[in-house]
Amino acid sequence: MLITCPYCGPRDVIEFTYQGDANRERPNPASQNLDAWNAYVYDRLNPAGDHNEFWQHSGGCRSHLRVIRNTLTHEISSVAFARGDHASTSRRKAEGKS
Amino acid sequence: MAEYSAFSLLANALKGNKDWKPAWRKPDPKASYDVIIIGGGGHGLATAYYLAKEHGITNVAVLEKGWLGSGNVGRNTTAVRSNYLLPANTRFYEHSMKLWEDLSHDLNYNVMFSQRGCLNLAHTPAQFDDYARRGNAMRHLGVDAELMTPAEIKRLIPALDMSNTARFPVLGGLMQRRAGTARHDAVAWGYARGADRRGVDIVENCEVTGFLRDGDRITGVTTSRGDIRAKKVAVTVAGSTGRVMQLAGIETMPIESHVLQAFVTESLKPFIDTVVTFGMGHFYMSQSDKGGLVYGGDIDGYNSYAQRGNLPIVDEVMSEMLALFPGLARVRMLRSWGGVCDMSMDGSPIITTGPLPGMYLNCGWCYGGFKATPASGWCFAWTIAKDQPHEFNAPFTLDRFHRGHVIDDKGQGANPRLH
Ligand SMILES: Cc1cc2nc3c(=O)[nH]c(=O)nc-3n(C[C@H](O)[C@H](O)[C@H](O)COP(=O)(O)OP(=O)(O)OC[C@H]3O[C@@H](n4cnc5c(N)ncnc54)[C@H](O)[C@@H]3O)c2cc1C
Ligand SMILES: [Zn+2]
Repeated sequence: MLITCPYCGPRDVIEFTYQGDANRERPNPASQNLDAWNAYVYDRLNPAGDHNEFWQHSGGCRSHLRVIRNTLTHEISSVAFARGDHASTSRRKAEGKS
Repeated sequence: MAEYSAFSLLANALKGNKDWKPAWRKPDPKASYDVIIIGGGGHGLATAYYLAKEHGITNVAVLEKGWLGSGNVGRNTTAVRSNYLLPANTRFYEHSMKLWEDLSHDLNYNVMFSQRGCLNLAHTPAQFDDYARRGNAMRHLGVDAELMTPAEIKRLIPALDMSNTARFPVLGGLMQRRAGTARHDAVAWGYARGADRRGVDIVENCEVTGFLRDGDRITGVTTSRGDIRAKKVAVTVAGSTGRVMQLAGIETMPIESHVLQAFVTESLKPFIDTVVTFGMGHFYMSQSDKGGLVYGGDIDGYNSYAQRGNLPIVDEVMSEMLALFPGLARVRMLRSWGGVCDMSMDGSPIITTGPLPGMYLNCGWCYGGFKATPASGWCFAWTIAKDQPHEFNAPFTLDRFHRGHVIDDKGQGANPRLH
């Protein structure tokens, strides 16, 4: 699997560290909403298809990246710097959970 | 009605083995059942078997989208052990071990359960202390565990690099003698036959595509072979849990799907007669009865539904194997494959009523659920039959995360790729 770092170009996946699901919305640090914190820590979308995720180019320029990768085919459709980014694209519906 | 006996083997051998009956029927699905089990893996089949045998519930269908054994039950590396640290895990897996010890007899089907032992190697004094602590915790709950010295390990596994010049010299290990391996296909087939003979319909090539509902309540499923109603619907789909729960409108779960690879070498003469695990990385190995070395290591490390792996882990597993067994450098790898594991947020399974009325959920097996097959089915059958958990699976609820009662044996936190 190759990931095209916007700074370094295409590099082998072994240069990168997976940092997990980028859909999760981190609550405001001052928030005391336990449900929101629990959902942030434990609940995942886990789609079979395009997945929005963070990777770090830890063996290269060390940038943090937001990657959209297909979990069935490993095809990567977008890579961008994660800086300035926040999980506003989140599609989660944690509130409706029982 | 013992179907496999010395007499039946002899009689069939003399008649050219032409009279064996199929191990299970191939029924068409009925319009409704008392219980539908989604997923014909080891856990789904064991659940059906114990529902019929322990609770007399036989109007049951197991729906499998592929063929029996096409999921993780036929892809795992067959290690069976109960060497956990936390009491909830130890009790549950030890219940499983006791069922394993009688399984071939109970099923009248040789699952080739072989108590060849499982040895965890320690490479630092801290790790050795940690194993001593785990061994003591096990012994407190009546599970066998013993610490081994380097000299004893050298006698047990002569091929291990026990020299001081090894990259990670071996300082000792924790052995569970009653642990071992079992023939994974036979486990699926034995439970399938046992359930079938008690009246359970095992329906292959039947994919569940959605749920029938009455308000919130689940009242059946839609499938590639039509709609089927049921009073109770149980989900045991291992690596597909996220997908199937989404069909029920549940978008998020404390689960991530990751791929785990396994490998087997060409057949060798007897080389190692125990299961051994490496303490400085993630590597484990045993030898199959056919002679191949069966081994594996870490998950690939990122969400994946692809039932195949990528090369970096192949490379890592091979180098860990050679760090322990330099003598295997020129042995050829015969096959490798991958399976999709439902990694939970604390590394422990979920066996629970709900999350919707009429539904029952069994998931979160990570890469360690084969050993759990008997207890998983036994506890899940109890939960379905009585609408409440048995004390062995009471701690393994879905809401434990939100209650703060996680069962995190390794202390890795809510990071599924580290469990
Ligand atoms: C490479 C590898 C090595 C492993 N090694 C070990 C080991 O040494 N020891 C150990 O204890 N554990 C091990 N495991 C873990 C263990 O195999 C699993 O935890 C366990 O088998 C999962 O339970 P199961 O057998 O019911 O799952 P599966 O066999 O995967 O059963 C789930 C079934 O559900 C079916 N299904 C999915 N979606 C649908 C649908 N919509 N409709 C109908 N059917 C559906 C699937 O086709 C599948 O057959 C390993 C796993 C892997 C992948
Ligand atoms: Zn870079």
